[in-house]
Amino acid sequence: MRSALTLLILLVVNMLAAVAVVQAKHESRGLQGDLQTLRVERDRLKTEWAQLQLEESAWANPDRVGRLAHERLNMVQPKAYTVLGVAQ
Amino acid sequence: MWRAHFALAAFGIFAVVLCARAFELQVLDNEFLTSEGDKRHLRTVSVPAGRGAIRDRNGEPLALSAPTESVWTVPAALLESPQSIAPLAKQLEMSAADLRTRLNEYRGRQFLYLRRQLSPSQARKVMNLGAPGVFLQREYKRYYPAGEAAAQLVGLTNIDGRGQEGMELALDESLHGESGSRRVIKDRLGRVAEDLAQFTAPRAGEDIQLTIDLRLQYLAYRELKSAVVQNRARAGVVVLLDPATGELLALASYPSFNPNNRDSITKAGLRHRAVTDLFEPGSTMKPLLLARALDSGLYTRDSVIDTEGGVMRVGRNLTVHDFRDYGPVDFQRLLTKSSNVGAAKVGLKLGAERVWQVYQDFGFGQATGSRFPGERAGVLRDYFRWGEVETATAAYGYGVSVTALQLARAHAVLADNGRLHDLRLVQGDLGGAVLEPQQIVSPETARNMRELLQGVVTPEGTATQAAIRGYQVAGKTGTVRKVDGDGYNSKRHQALFVGMVPADHPRVVGLVMIDEPTADAYYGGAVSAPVFSNIMHEAVRMLRVPPDDPATFTADAGAESGEHS
Repeated sequence: MRSALTLLILLVVNMLAAVAVVQAKHESRGLQGDLQTLRVERDRLKTEWAQLQLEESAWANPDRVGRLAHERLNMVQPKAYTVLGVAQ
Repeated sequence: MWRAHFALAAFGIFAVVLCARAFELQVLDNEFLTSEGDKRHLRTVSVPAGRGAIRDRNGEPLALSAPTESVWTVPAALLESPQSIAPLAKQLEMSAADLRTRLNEYRGRQFLYLRRQLSPSQARKVMNLGAPGVFLQREYKRYYPAGEAAAQLVGLTNIDGRGQEGMELALDESLHGESGSRRVIKDRLGRVAEDLAQFTAPRAGEDIQLTIDLRLQYLAYRELKSAVVQNRARAGVVVLLDPATGELLALASYPSFNPNNRDSITKAGLRHRAVTDLFEPGSTMKPLLLARALDSGLYTRDSVIDTEGGVMRVGRNLTVHDFRDYGPVDFQRLLTKSSNVGAAKVGLKLGAERVWQVYQDFGFGQATGSRFPGERAGVLRDYFRWGEVETATAAYGYGVSVTALQLARAHAVLADNGRLHDLRLVQGDLGGAVLEPQQIVSPETARNMRELLQGVVTPEGTATQAAIRGYQVAGKTGTVRKVDGDGYNSKRHQALFVGMVPADHPRVVGLVMIDEPTADAYYGGAVSAPVFSNIMHEAVRMLRVPPDDPATFTADAGAESGEHS
């Protein structure tokens, strides 16, 4: 009688464990998928960041800025100017 | 008994059936297994790691890795869908016929690159065609936003993304990441069918910050380039450094190349002349010698030296010449006129050992601490082999070869009140430990020398054109004859200027060297001093160095507006 009861309990525990395994597997697969998506997203953002930096340094190249200031905006380097010291 | 026989017979039949089936699959119909095998591959896919960026002191990128996509295919899978070959070829900018030939040639392969290093947007267009068996693989491409201005300094990587030249080589260990890997099962078309989740994450390379200021680097390179072109010279170098810390702010070398276009690379352009090229310092050695002479107590700045009418014989073979007869000179006049005879006499009085010690103490014949790959230490021979001739010539800067970096570092001693710093090119621990600077000459002497060197930039001096409005400049010119196979050549020169601004409390030390100017002039004061002035004029503005004499500006502005009205 006692051994039959033990068997029954073990059987139930076993069933529960099996269900838990299936659930964990399912969850892991889902998370794996999320991870993959996030990785792709991270790579995309990295690419974009690198490109933005490159773009910025191309636009901000001092030679280019100087040329534009000179040619398009008709700016010149002042020959003489007043420097005022500011007391802090 | 019969039951045992029955069982045995049954097993026997099973065995025969199994063997027959195995025979059929392996020998008669092996295509089936092959195709089943092709459908699933257990593969280890490498996940590339990005290489670290190289940045300037303000975080501006000098070298940057951006991900690109390479298009690859499984030829057999793509050939199964002939209608997608033509649009694919168009998108990849190749002819459809060529593509078809290549696919057929490599039909048995599982992997064939179609086009490498496309931009992500181009790659997306290719993938949108939906051609079967076409995939992307991530690769990193190195970009150099500073272009030719810092090309030799930043250096290059090779095809495999390892450092090959310049700082890319020096710091390769830290810049290079470690690629990771994934175990996956791929299907016949090369798609990942199952990710086995045995993942080693890639370790990205470290970002590295240099002490270089990109704005100054651009400025230095631009002025250097135009000076070399104008003077029809062979090459040139500019070094800017911060005397208080030994940090290099700009390090330009011409000729250069465009690191984003490998076809533009030449051997001459690849070398960073500030660290690899040796030359004789000539007259730029005089301030260092005189500083030591002051410290020795044998001279004061008012000591008078007879220049013997501008010509002096030393030993049997050496005649020291001055440009003309300067008469008796004190230290001020010796530097202002750059008298060789005067320097030789001071050198002979100090003696071989002490002249040699000047070079030794100011860091010649040793590495500067920049850690630049291929840096030369120069040649400084032992003084016990020096006779009178060697001592006299060394006193005015001949017979010893140095790099531009060493010479700039030595002059920074005068700028930082007599202290010699190790040069730094990389910020943080990677640049090496910061050592306590060594006191080479007394602070008093350094101050005296800076005062005397201001005379060089006055109208009486050799470098009037090094002057900057509103700032006191201290510096020294040098015009060095180059050595040919058979001695000094009177036609090939190097024009030098080393100086510091402002003379009171120098914030920047600058060196300009123009190699073999062949236009009108070849003197350091005529060729290199104006380059120094152009660079420093902008540099003090960028570094916000307050002018010594604001009144100059105000007065000039007033005068100028008066003229215009």
